Amino acid sequence: MTTTTPPAPPVRSTPAPPKTASSAARDALSGRWASAAAIVIAILWTLPTFGLLVSSFRPEAEVKSNGWWNVVTDPQFTLDSYRQVITGADVDLATYLINSVVITIPAVLIPISLAVMASYAFAWIPFRGRDTLFVAVFALQIVPIQVTMIPLLRLYVDPPFNLMPLAGNDAPGGGFYTVWISHTIFALPLAIFLLHNFMREIPGELIESARVDGAGHVQIFSKIMLPLMTPAIAAFGIFQFLWVWNDLLVALVFAGGNPSVSPLTVRLAALAGQRGEDWHLLSAGAFVSLVVPLIVFLSLQRYFVRGLLAGSVKG
Amino acid sequence: MTSTDKLIQMAIAVALFFAVTGAILLLTTRLRSRSGERVQAAAFIAPSLLLIAIGLLYPALRTIYQSFFGSSYEPLVGADGANFVGLDNYRRIFTSEDLLQVLQNTAIWVVLTPILATGFGLIYAVLVDRTRFEKFAKALIFLPMAISLVGASIIWKFVYDYKASEQGQLGVLNGLLKAVGLDTYRFLLTEPWNTFFLIVIIVWVQAGFAMTILSAAIKAIPDDIVEAAKLDGVNGLKLFRYITVPSIRPSLIVVLTTISITTLKVFDIVRTATGGQFGTSVLAYEFYVQSFRSFDFGLGAALATLIFILVLPIVVYNIRQMRRLEAR
Amino acid sequence: MRNIRTRKGIATIAVVAMSGLGLAACADDSGDGGTNEAGGTAPGAGQEECAQLEQFGDLTGREVSVYTSIIAPEDAVHKESYKVFEECTGATVAYEGSSEFEAQLVVRVQGGNAPDVAYIPQPGLLQTLVRDTGSVVEGPNPVSDNVDEFWGEDWKAYGTVDDTFYAAPLGANVKSFVWYSPKMFEKNGWEIPETWDDMIALSDEIADSGTKPWCAGIESGDATGWPTTDWLEDAVLRDAGPEVYDQWVNHEIPFDDPAIVESLDRVGGILKNPDYVNGGIGDVKSIATTSFQEGGMPILDDKCAMHRQASFYAAQWPEGTDVSENGDVFAFYLPTTSDEFGNPVLGGGEFVAAFSDEPEVQAFQTYLSSDIWANEKAKAGTGWVSANKGLDIANLRSPVDQLSAEILQDPDAVFRFDASDQMPGAVGAGSFWTGMTDWITGADTESTLSKIEGTWPS
Repeated sequence: MTTTTPPAPPVRSTPAPPKTASSAARDALSGRWASAAAIVIAILWTLPTFGLLVSSFRPEAEVKSNGWWNVVTDPQFTLDSYRQVITGADVDLATYLINSVVITIPAVLIPISLAVMASYAFAWIPFRGRDTLFVAVFALQIVPIQVTMIPLLRLYVDPPFNLMPLAGNDAPGGGFYTVWISHTIFALPLAIFLLHNFMREIPGELIESARVDGAGHVQIFSKIMLPLMTPAIAAFGIFQFLWVWNDLLVALVFAGGNPSVSPLTVRLAALAGQRGEDWHLLSAGAFVSLVVPLIVFLSLQRYFVRGLLAGSVKG
Repeated sequence: MTSTDKLIQMAIAVALFFAVTGAILLLTTRLRSRSGERVQAAAFIAPSLLLIAIGLLYPALRTIYQSFFGSSYEPLVGADGANFVGLDNYRRIFTSEDLLQVLQNTAIWVVLTPILATGFGLIYAVLVDRTRFEKFAKALIFLPMAISLVGASIIWKFVYDYKASEQGQLGVLNGLLKAVGLDTYRFLLTEPWNTFFLIVIIVWVQAGFAMTILSAAIKAIPDDIVEAAKLDGVNGLKLFRYITVPSIRPSLIVVLTTISITTLKVFDIVRTATGGQFGTSVLAYEFYVQSFRSFDFGLGAALATLIFILVLPIVVYNIRQMRRLEAR
Repeated sequence: MRNIRTRKGIATIAVVAMSGLGLAACADDSGDGGTNEAGGTAPGAGQEECAQLEQFGDLTGREVSVYTSIIAPEDAVHKESYKVFEECTGATVAYEGSSEFEAQLVVRVQGGNAPDVAYIPQPGLLQTLVRDTGSVVEGPNPVSDNVDEFWGEDWKAYGTVDDTFYAAPLGANVKSFVWYSPKMFEKNGWEIPETWDDMIALSDEIADSGTKPWCAGIESGDATGWPTTDWLEDAVLRDAGPEVYDQWVNHEIPFDDPAIVESLDRVGGILKNPDYVNGGIGDVKSIATTSFQEGGMPILDDKCAMHRQASFYAAQWPEGTDVSENGDVFAFYLPTTSDEFGNPVLGGGEFVAAFSDEPEVQAFQTYLSSDIWANEKAKAGTGWVSANKGLDIANLRSPVDQLSAEILQDPDAVFRFDASDQMPGAVGAGSFWTGMTDWITGADTESTLSKIEGTWPS
């Protein structure tokens, strides 16, 4: 870590707005060294993606024969790669995009809702065996999806107690249900773990006083917790969105093998061609896929607001 | 199905979900007795637990069971015991030189990745907090998260691309080395450093996760705590060390834990970048190879079980932290 | 109505489905390769190309799901070639290609959600599926007859497991090719070598002229190493002959038999010779980290003269490259080391396995194994060949495809299927690949081969 940098003498000529711990720390870390560190990290993190962006606009022969930085001396740009990504398949790219949206929205909303509820109970409703159960739930994060594929698929195709099969050729809804349920299952342990952490941060006095006023758990949950949890929900929402949006495996296994419900990632995985001959298209494909998550991130960022708890805590 | 059909179906599914969940919660809200509280807890938790039990616990137990059987996926094929191999699969793991190196690599991954990713994420979150360009700056670090792990690995494969010094370079790192007159370097081939270059990829991706969560935690630190500290003359690095870090400590633990577990499970990077060659393989990748390429489901299950076992220290650490928090 | 494969709880649906059609597909699971028919008259009855499909009756409204490793853009040609089938029978084909085919197929079969038909590129995978899952359905008689007529013993054996015939061959590729630049050869006065020794002499000549004669790349993600296995297999076929090759594949001789050691050293004479490789890229070790897609590209810049790779490498050359006998690049047959074993040809291909014995599935299998389909497919596009003897070479449109088909149909050629695709997965898709990669990066021949031998499942 770079925090071994000697602290620069704090320079404060003007009265700044009330400092938080982080901003004060930043002041201390700041001065040139800190800014430089931030910029260096930002550049290091962006450079590979930048190279990809440049490559996505270069002609195939150039991409395959020299490095992307050669655009400085020999600028050649084309939209060919994007054209091939967008129009190259016999199924419309828009179809894949809509499938991705249809898969992603429920696969984000449902697990988050369930996880907020569960984490509330784990944090604020006392019952016997609570901690053991919580530890078990969060430990199950470790189970790799690959382990679950065959058993889950069997349950979907051939469920016990003569329940309606959810997968197979006559799956209801063409196979979306199994994808939603699977994504929900895989998201829950981490979602509960993360949200529980934020849930516990909320001062107990708040809940206590609400209880004294006669509020039940459902009221406390919906009237007090949900608003306070907005930043945490937004944060996790972003990640769940990303994981689902970028998922290939769950779609391949559980979408019932039906091309008409396949998400964008299925198209992207096929972009390079059977033997990878079209790998130059991957860069354009990555950016086509990147646009939506980036919009989601930028638009959810406004929920990461400071001091939601301010005022609610005793002075 | 037309696109409209799909969207309608989605809307119905979501509406149905919220309607059912809401109804259940409302039904339990009238219960106030001691046993009523238990029912309420159940209403809040049961749906999640049920899904987790079916989708994760059952397959996990099945995997552990399978690890004592031979290669076929159906352990019960040999219900007469013919397929039962006892601890053979584990013996194979611990007597194979290659697999021992895999264990060692996994240890390096699981130690370095959380520390580096969380470290970079935390420092960056603090550095850009409340700056004018905060949103843009955060989006830059977040960007790799938005690329799939396979995509990230492909990007870095190009970054690490090797050609002899006298040839034209495709990779930016060797391009740089050549530009400053050094010999080009085999990033993905040279043991043991190639493992570290692979870890760079996952750190690159996971730092965005750490930054986002930690940034949210930093913003939740109450101003008055900071003010009080400053009245006591605590400033600068000390503030970071004694106020910021302790205040977000629970979040730090959560982030470290999550990244550790993710790291234990990640196999796409190794798979895409080196295919497990050149001594870079990790447990999760070997599990994948044995299960889905060699179709040796027994050995694959034993490797997966080892991954389960490796998560135990992380779980124990978390339990101790929870206890400490409660004691406070 | 689609056919339904789930075992339980759907009997009622099945009854409804059959009565809905007014025809019950007579279930025939006696395992004698008999056929099932739907009754009625096929829509294409009476037309010449439909003759073989009439026996399955009217399949209108039925669907065959096909799962393959062949993805865009090559899938378009496949779908195109099913038109005759759809017109003849009235059934439709639902095609799905996946880059994760092998693993996904096993997951789907084990999960009880198998497709109707899968194109399996490895006989070894077919064996695994037959023996471990029991879900693969025996090949029906018309298919078996077609394979006898159009392919012959060798090919049929690759689709047979434990003496039961399951899967007919589909496409094929020729691996015993060396890619080169005809223009570069002509400019320098180099001749296409007729024997292995000629090839080494030519390599020396090129090396002396300051160009590294060979280039190679074996990086291929999690399949890294496979191009080297092809090298070794080609060498074994030439040095020790098809019989030893078969013994080696079936583990009747150890993997590290002296004959194999000798052949791998022969390959090493090229791939591990610092004077020969790696043209336009680097030294010997750079082979391991160069992707197989890029491995032959230096030929285009005259930085490398020869690149041994299969016929499907034709798709790798950038758009606009003239792939023909007098063009920018072309391929010659990897020469033999002696006359003892004729002209061995190493190749690969796919096999059509079915997981259902519904009439539309059997009809589709029959269609795919016919000469009619082979010629339809040939006419539909380039980059594909078949060992089907009913395939008219004139229908193939690209010079490399024609050359491949000529080699495959040559009565003097001794065809052998890629060994790694036939070996058990732990070796063929595991230690063989990793071993060959280690060998490139410095491991010696004996220890590499004996290490692979040690991983052969008991």
